[in-house]
Amino acid sequence: MTVNGHDQRHDVEPRTLLVQFLRETCDLTGTKVGCDTSSCGACTVLVDGESVKSCTMLAAQADGAAITTIEGLATNGEQHAVQRAFTEHHGLQCGYCTAGMVLAAVSFLEENPNPTEAEVRLGLEGNLCRCTGYHNIVQAVLAAAGAK
Amino acid sequence: MIPAAFDYVRAGSADEVLAALVEHGDDAKILAGGMSLLPLMKLRLATPSVLIDVGRVRDLAYLNDAGDHIAIGALTRHRELETSELLSRECGVLQAVAAEVGDNQVRHRGTIGGSTAHGDPASDLPAVLLALDATCVVRGPSGERTIPAAEFFLGFLETALAPDELLVEIQVPKTGATGFAYQKFNRRAQDWAIVGALAVCNGTTRVALVNMGTTPIRARGVEEALASGSSAAEAAGRAAEGTEAPSDLNATPGYREHLARVLVRRALEAAGA
Ligand SMILES: Cc1cc2nc3c(=O)[nH]c(=O)nc-3n(C[C@H](O)[C@H](O)[C@H](O)COP(=O)(O)OP(=O)(O)OC[C@H]3O[C@@H](n4cnc5c(N)ncnc54)[C@H](O)[C@@H]3O)c2cc1C
Ligand code: FES
Ligand code: FES
Repeated sequence: MTVNGHDQRHDVEPRTLLVQFLRETCDLTGTKVGCDTSSCGACTVLVDGESVKSCTMLAAQADGAAITTIEGLATNGEQHAVQRAFTEHHGLQCGYCTAGMVLAAVSFLEENPNPTEAEVRLGLEGNLCRCTGYHNIVQAVLAAAGAK
Repeated sequence: MIPAAFDYVRAGSADEVLAALVEHGDDAKILAGGMSLLPLMKLRLATPSVLIDVGRVRDLAYLNDAGDHIAIGALTRHRELETSELLSRECGVLQAVAAEVGDNQVRHRGTIGGSTAHGDPASDLPAVLLALDATCVVRGPSGERTIPAAEFFLGFLETALAPDELLVEIQVPKTGATGFAYQKFNRRAQDWAIVGALAVCNGTTRVALVNMGTTPIRARGVEEALASGSSAAEAAGRAAEGTEAPSDLNATPGYREHLARVLVRRALEAAGA
């Protein structure tokens, strides 16, 4: 598979989860494990452009796919529009949910480029944040949609 | 949490799946989107010794117009149902309910075949299959057979699928521009229904309930009452008849029965029954 555009070829045990593979084998620790029970979305990455909870996918299932993690979102040192919007709108406090939130938002905006506020809230229902109360996250996603 | 160790077999076609099922017998489990099976394996509530990954059998992912019905490949993902033009034209109810399943991440991976084969009474899509009298097409070592949705769901996580069979297609009758409504009651947006009520009005009115027994069920009492001229509000009063509501952290059976009556009334009113 490729991770952030780089080839990654490794032999793994079948039961290796994608999130483990990314963090432990590829040494990309930007992807977080929150609940480990498919509920919180902290582990969200893009698999062929679509948001997926990497704690609920085997690395073997992602064989051949193109994975994007938070480390791979910027291009040539320039942050992605969603990353910039999170910074500008203070869309994070402790930051634990942020990598997953940003990637879920990137995937969501790909599918729905001009969302309403209600659609943003629904589109991020799979991602929990224990700090912000979501308000600034939603504002950031709306701003990123407008900025594109 | 890591699943217990297992052998991983990747199937490239339906025939390879069937051969692997024969070879590995009861020890094997099919892995489709993994949205139900992997969480169970991580909790070690499921410990298959062989996983047959069918995720790449992409010729089982399709939505085809087949005249009076829509033929849906078992590996079609919730996301594909949710965004299907064909469904929005011919079977809006399935499209709308698919959009209610879990969250975006779950819908990107989970499949209609997995939702059906899993046999979870809290799942949303089986209620649609039941209400519309859909047909499941399954393939085994001795060929294909069809199972009506009403005979497919046998008990909690138990279906009419034999261990060596693969669900290949679901045939859903076209509804055209039918009135329908799905009322899903849950505490967090992405969750399963604590109770769900689906009403589809197409001359006669069909009502299906989610999480009111060990299988998805039809609310026959409500359907009979409507057929004999009762108002939606009167008919909804019979919503809990014949149910065996489960008791769990979220709700007692009595509360679920109350929810069923309220949600059925709302669904009937919204569907124009
Ligand atoms: C956070 C979260 C929230 C969710 N919320 C909801 C919800 O609100 N409503 C809801 O309905 N569901 C919900 N789900 C479950 C989701 O809908 C799953 O996608 C679905 O239940 C299973 O589909 P799958 O393709 O992922 O199947 P898998 O998990 O891969 O398989 C499930 C079972 O079906 C068997 N199986 C799969 N495909 C076949 C086949 N073709 N033939 C024979 N057997 C097969 C497997 O062996 C396994 O036993 C949720 C899941 C998660 C993780
Ligand atoms: S860690 Fe994967 S969903 Fe919470
Ligand atoms: S910023 Fe702390 S969990 Fe979201």
